[in-house]
Amino acid sequence: MKKTFKGIYLAIIILFLYMPIVTLMVLSFNEGKTMNAWVGFSLKWYKEMFENRIIMEALTNTLTIAFWAATVATIVGVTACIGLNAMKEKHRSVFMGLNNIPLLNADIVTGISLMLSFLLFGISLNYGTVLFAHITFCIPYVILSVMPKFRQLENHTYEAALDLGASPAYAFFKVVLPDIMPGIISGFLLSFTMSVDDFVITHFTRGVGINTISTLIYSQVRVGIRPTLYALSTIIFVAVLIVLIIVNVISNKKEETRHEKN
Amino acid sequence: MALIELLDISKSFEGETVLDEFNLKIKENEFITLLGPSGCGKTTTLRILGGFETPDTGKVLFQGQDITNLAPNKRQINTVFQKYALFPNMNIADNIAFGLKISGKSKEYIKDKVKYALKLVNLNGYEKRSVDSLSGGQQQRIAIARAIVNEPRVLLLDEPLGALDLKLRQEMQYELIRLKNELGITFLYVTHDQEEALTMSDKVVVMNQGYIQQMGTPEEIYNEPENAFVAAFIGDSNIIDGIMMEDRMVKICGQVFPCIDEGFGKKKPVDVVIRPEDIIIGKPGSGILDGVVTSNVFIGVHYEMCIEAGGFEWLAQNTVSYPVGTAVSIDVAPENIQIMNKPQSEDEEALALDE
Repeated sequence: MKKTFKGIYLAIIILFLYMPIVTLMVLSFNEGKTMNAWVGFSLKWYKEMFENRIIMEALTNTLTIAFWAATVATIVGVTACIGLNAMKEKHRSVFMGLNNIPLLNADIVTGISLMLSFLLFGISLNYGTVLFAHITFCIPYVILSVMPKFRQLENHTYEAALDLGASPAYAFFKVVLPDIMPGIISGFLLSFTMSVDDFVITHFTRGVGINTISTLIYSQVRVGIRPTLYALSTIIFVAVLIVLIIVNVISNKKEETRHEKN
Repeated sequence: MALIELLDISKSFEGETVLDEFNLKIKENEFITLLGPSGCGKTTTLRILGGFETPDTGKVLFQGQDITNLAPNKRQINTVFQKYALFPNMNIADNIAFGLKISGKSKEYIKDKVKYALKLVNLNGYEKRSVDSLSGGQQQRIAIARAIVNEPRVLLLDEPLGALDLKLRQEMQYELIRLKNELGITFLYVTHDQEEALTMSDKVVVMNQGYIQQMGTPEEIYNEPENAFVAAFIGDSNIIDGIMMEDRMVKICGQVFPCIDEGFGKKKPVDVVIRPEDIIIGKPGSGILDGVVTSNVFIGVHYEMCIEAGGFEWLAQNTVSYPVGTAVSIDVAPENIQIMNKPQSEDEEALALDE
């Protein structure tokens, strides 16, 4: 009795979580345009999607902005962590507090304030302003995921490297960087997804004619969404799923080899 | 000439003085140990020598040259850190070769040197192993190999055996002595373990609260402690208030004991140190003080007993067991009574043992 109840409960949760995505995926293969009736299996929306210049441009924008925003934010964030790590406890906690405020701040406030700042300095809104805005909101995420790695650094390895004749830069790249690499990678991935995900801030900081996938979908809602966007969403979902599986498999393998050694 | 000289070094952290006008000379090829409780300034001294801390005042001289502000990577000094600080992302060979690669040695030279260093620390063939796969003792030996492979003039060791278990610690003590003799480099060793200090050192520097309490060979430190702190810190001992009646006569617990110390003056209050193994236990009336055994514990080689005599609880060690309640007398050979001046008032704070 208890067992069946458990099973039903689990099934309902999974259904709620994945039903919408499955619906979307199914509809992306529907021959007809309406979402009420299944006409037949077809790949025509996928074909249309790849031939649609606007969608492809939005996709390119989304990916390039996410990549560069994550890259720049990671470099800036890691550099900030080096400084934070060298600070005294008291000062560090103040700056960590300052770092957390943008994370909790509503996107709409960040978006509007960024837009106002750009306009105030006479910067016209375009691809660059979106990228800049994304870098800005990604940095705190990088700091948040890299800082703990710095705090739990193997005691004295940096000093040991200096002691053995390494210059501070050599010691950092050879000894410290490999140790904090997991934090850097997760900071980068977090930034990348945050950037891909973002709608509100992009909406306020983009110029005319610059679209990312989220703003494109939003603008199409008014004229009615075509199933090409279902196709796009399906592809994005599957891509993310594959990346996730690969990352998990790799980290599981690493864990296993480590356990074998011990 | 001394290899290293510390001149009037003072250092404080956030208002707390750790070292106060500290002076020390280290000779070439010496095994010198800084011994003291935690917070006595011994690790800070080591970090100043390694270049990881800059003293507030004072100078560090290396062969007569001022290296106070020289960066750690420019010093001919290598350190073995307390928690090994091996590089987890490199294998053992790369760990040991780290310093050699930086100094631009050839591949063959590095390979030979790594092999030689591993042989020195009895870990032949460990080149390709990962750091994770080694035990604590093995990691410690790799840390030593990584430091000595660079042929430093001085090797600093910061409580390197602290994390090891007793048996391994004792083995490593002998290994370190052997290494020092084979390599002929100066060892500066920091520890709070008096046994380590006595076993390995040519010279022991006992420190407390930023001051040197006593400096000398292990025998001098053990047999002739200069003050109550050193006596209490090194081994077990009975430290008793006494009065120096005249030369070679000291009054303890109301009885006069003959001793061999001179020059303390007449009727002068002193501290008297008597090691537990130097107390001779006999039949009542045969010694100087009569008393009763109040506790008796077997601790391996001998029995450790407390004897209540003359209003003082004496700690005594003997291979013969005297059960609790036995009436005994105690006696001490004159040469085993160590007389020390009462500490000066300014040192009194430094004498408080904080464990």
